[in-house]
Amino acid sequence: MAPYLSLAVWVPIVAGLVALAIGRDREPAPVRWVALVGAVAGFLVTIPLYTHFDATTSAMQFVELAEWIPRFGIHYHLGVDGISVLFILLNSFITVLVVWAGWEVITTRVAQYMGAFLIQSGLINGVFCALDGILFYFFFEAMLIPMYLIIGVWGGPNRMYAAIKFFLYTLVGSLLTLVALIYLYSVSDSFEILDWYQVPLALKTQVLLFVAFFLAFAVKVPMWPVHTWLPDAHVEAPTGGSVVLAAITLKVGAYGFVRFVLPILPDASRYLAGFVITLSLIAVIYIGFVALVQDDMKKLIAYSSISHMGFVTLGFFLFSQLGVEGGLAQMISHGFVSAALFLCVGVMYDRLHSRLISDYGGVVNTMPKFAAFMMLFAMANSGLPATSGFVGEFLVVLASIKVNFWLGFLAATIMILGAAYTLWMYKRVIFGAVANSGVASMPDLNRREFWLLALVALAILAMGVWPKPFIDVMHVSVADLLAHVAKTKL
Amino acid sequence: MAFAENLLAVLPEVVILTSAALILIVDLFIDDERRHITYWLTQLALLIAACVTLKTTQLDIVKAFHNMVVDDMLADLLRMTSFVAVSLMLFYSRSYLLARGLFRGETFVLTLFVLLGIQVIISGNSFLTLYLGVELMSLSLYALVALEKERSGPAEASMKYFVLGALASGVLLYGMSMVYGATGTLDIDLVARAILAKQGNSLLLTFGLVFVVSGVAFKLGVVPYHMWIPDVYDGAPTAITLLIGTAPEFAGFALTLRLLSGALQGLAIDWQGMLIILSLLSMVLGNVVAIAQSSIKRMLAYSTIAHMGFMLMGFLAADLNGYSAAMFYTVTYVLTSLVSFGMIMVLSRIGFEADRLDDFKGLNQRSPWWAFIMLLVMFSLAGIPPTVGFYAKFTVIEAAINAGFLWLAVVAVVTSLIGAFYYLRIVRLMYFEDPVDRSPLETRADARTLLSANGLLLLLLGILPQPLMGICVIALTQSNFL
Repeated sequence: MAPYLSLAVWVPIVAGLVALAIGRDREPAPVRWVALVGAVAGFLVTIPLYTHFDATTSAMQFVELAEWIPRFGIHYHLGVDGISVLFILLNSFITVLVVWAGWEVITTRVAQYMGAFLIQSGLINGVFCALDGILFYFFFEAMLIPMYLIIGVWGGPNRMYAAIKFFLYTLVGSLLTLVALIYLYSVSDSFEILDWYQVPLALKTQVLLFVAFFLAFAVKVPMWPVHTWLPDAHVEAPTGGSVVLAAITLKVGAYGFVRFVLPILPDASRYLAGFVITLSLIAVIYIGFVALVQDDMKKLIAYSSISHMGFVTLGFFLFSQLGVEGGLAQMISHGFVSAALFLCVGVMYDRLHSRLISDYGGVVNTMPKFAAFMMLFAMANSGLPATSGFVGEFLVVLASIKVNFWLGFLAATIMILGAAYTLWMYKRVIFGAVANSGVASMPDLNRREFWLLALVALAILAMGVWPKPFIDVMHVSVADLLAHVAKTKL
Repeated sequence: MAFAENLLAVLPEVVILTSAALILIVDLFIDDERRHITYWLTQLALLIAACVTLKTTQLDIVKAFHNMVVDDMLADLLRMTSFVAVSLMLFYSRSYLLARGLFRGETFVLTLFVLLGIQVIISGNSFLTLYLGVELMSLSLYALVALEKERSGPAEASMKYFVLGALASGVLLYGMSMVYGATGTLDIDLVARAILAKQGNSLLLTFGLVFVVSGVAFKLGVVPYHMWIPDVYDGAPTAITLLIGTAPEFAGFALTLRLLSGALQGLAIDWQGMLIILSLLSMVLGNVVAIAQSSIKRMLAYSTIAHMGFMLMGFLAADLNGYSAAMFYTVTYVLTSLVSFGMIMVLSRIGFEADRLDDFKGLNQRSPWWAFIMLLVMFSLAGIPPTVGFYAKFTVIEAAINAGFLWLAVVAVVTSLIGAFYYLRIVRLMYFEDPVDRSPLETRADARTLLSANGLLLLLLGILPQPLMGICVIALTQSNFL
């Protein structure tokens, strides 16, 4: 069997390096093609991961194991289970979109732009399939570098502040995680994540480790109250940066919870579940209200992301099959929907160079095709049935009601709040009379933009109408995860 | 032991000493236009010494000259790294020295004497040998710092360096004499044995230890003995700063290892406590004060202080794991320093010293390649993968946690977060801002190739650190530092 996971990691990285190497600022065309070919190839090599995936086992599949740093028993150990496999596909798919979205839009230092995104894509795939603690950490930290540059070099006016805030916030959490990983090594004499699932740990130790991991992943998700870097980063980042941040980077944090926190620290997870659920509900409700009052579209979608990700962590810490699967489904759906919305804002921004809602109005009159697409994405963001957004939200609400009616009630407010802020923004931007001469002169989608949005729209509808292929993959792995959570390690 | 066998143990030192003397004489007979002859002779001497070291490397520990010197794997390895560091320093700084009238025989000869001092420390097996090595290295460095006469900065830096350095040497010597008084010997093996056998006045020993640690701490430049570092780094010509910041770190490491782990291992409990304080203060103060600097040389000076604090964190584990972590840290830190100061010289030209942070503005637009290399350096210093700095940090933190200093590891990562802030600032200047100065960057082909290779090595070792880690462990095991 071909080393599909290594290919998923290294094909984009190599393509990125090639793009950097051949990059000439005067002649961006070859670089764009190299990047697109690299991104598409990177996506194609991940398809066998799904088609050859065996959904009847919770064991790691496509495993690759090689010595890496024998001095500390660190291995180059890759593998995926039902939890992680879909994220690799999602990430590789989004990378294609991002490269394509930056096609004519990015005109300065094209090679570095494309190179940064491709390298980042490979590193993120590494995060999702690393089974060695240090290998995970290696990818987890390294992926900060391209994003730091993307925000800082191609971002908006306040980009330097946003870039450094993004980097330092993320680093705060992840440095303590390094200590936690090394501590786990010192008690288990192994850096294998799967070995750590079996290590007995006292509750006090578990709680301390929980804090260390929680900081890293909560910042990444981001959970209230450590979310403040995200609106800044989103607003300043170029469209592609926002797409990857929302669609993929946030998922890394949530993924950390299911890969590390729940199975390695089951007792602490159960002990602190109330705390995490409370933070998640605050994110869902309070941040939902915050999103309502935004006048900047990117900021609004950023807050909407935080709110939706709160739903994911809520689902995870209910410790039920429905909740965890709902959370995972929500992650994938949010990957598509947030990417789509940021692409839409990008389309408008390219025309009018403004992200303020008040600068738009009546866009439907000049851009009918665009308005139709954005309608679908707005509906998906509000969790309308038959769109992907519905699946995860429904499952998580169901799981919460099973635990406690009022918990379910509070969780379900996302349906109302989500609809409120998304549709209100849609109404103000798209409907009404043409607001100003700028809007009047906006041309409708060109062919590239049309197919870009059509591709995401297809994915959103497919997952909404027929979620079974997405959910089925997870069943056994999630059940196994919950078995780990249920078993005490004291 | 026959005299010839004794000589064999110190053959690399013999090579360096004779070449230094030879170059001094040759230099008298050539004029300024042909000064490159002595330059290449110096490089040749380094090459021969490296070959000799490789040729005479063996697994056993050889003691020569009545146990005054030791030739073990550790000594061979550190000699080799010092040769490489000095050779690269000469390659990187050739244009810089030429532009400032420092491309002279004295520079090369003094550099060789610094190297000789380093080698003597590395292979010292007696307090006396170590002290002689320290003095030889330091005196040559004082002179090198002051070599540039046109500006007043170097003379001032040299004076500060000399006064403080002489004081520190005195402190070190005083400590050694106390240990001698307690144990009755200068031989490191005998001192170690006497201490383990609980001979001698323990109060006197402890006092001696305090002074020895202070002396060592000064040479390493850790808080509170760090005052000379920023002034000397800033005042010295960048080429000499590069020299001070690289090869002597190996000497500092060897000095610490031979004294604390070799001679005074029996007092490990006592010096561990001292190293904790030194390490903690260095990490905190170095990283915090570095933020406020506007000169890149001063910033790197404070960063050195912080990194030496990190290195000591490996030491205070006081076991093979810790020593090898400290050694790995030192080697990788020197590799990184070589590039960082090398880059300052790339940006400098005649009459212009690129020593302000702002001189790095918009480097990505002036030269994407150099910006990328500097990016690697900064992320390596900040300890972010995939650069080698991450593993350096990883190994010392692992050693500290393994030895039970979990809280210190937590403090260390918090300070490294502070550190990340000012390293990222350089990246910001290079990538996010527009250049002020658009003059083209000209470098000699050999310097360009080596500096690029050196920079890429930070990435390569960051992806495959095992060989270097393995060598450190083997060298220390073979040399009996367990």
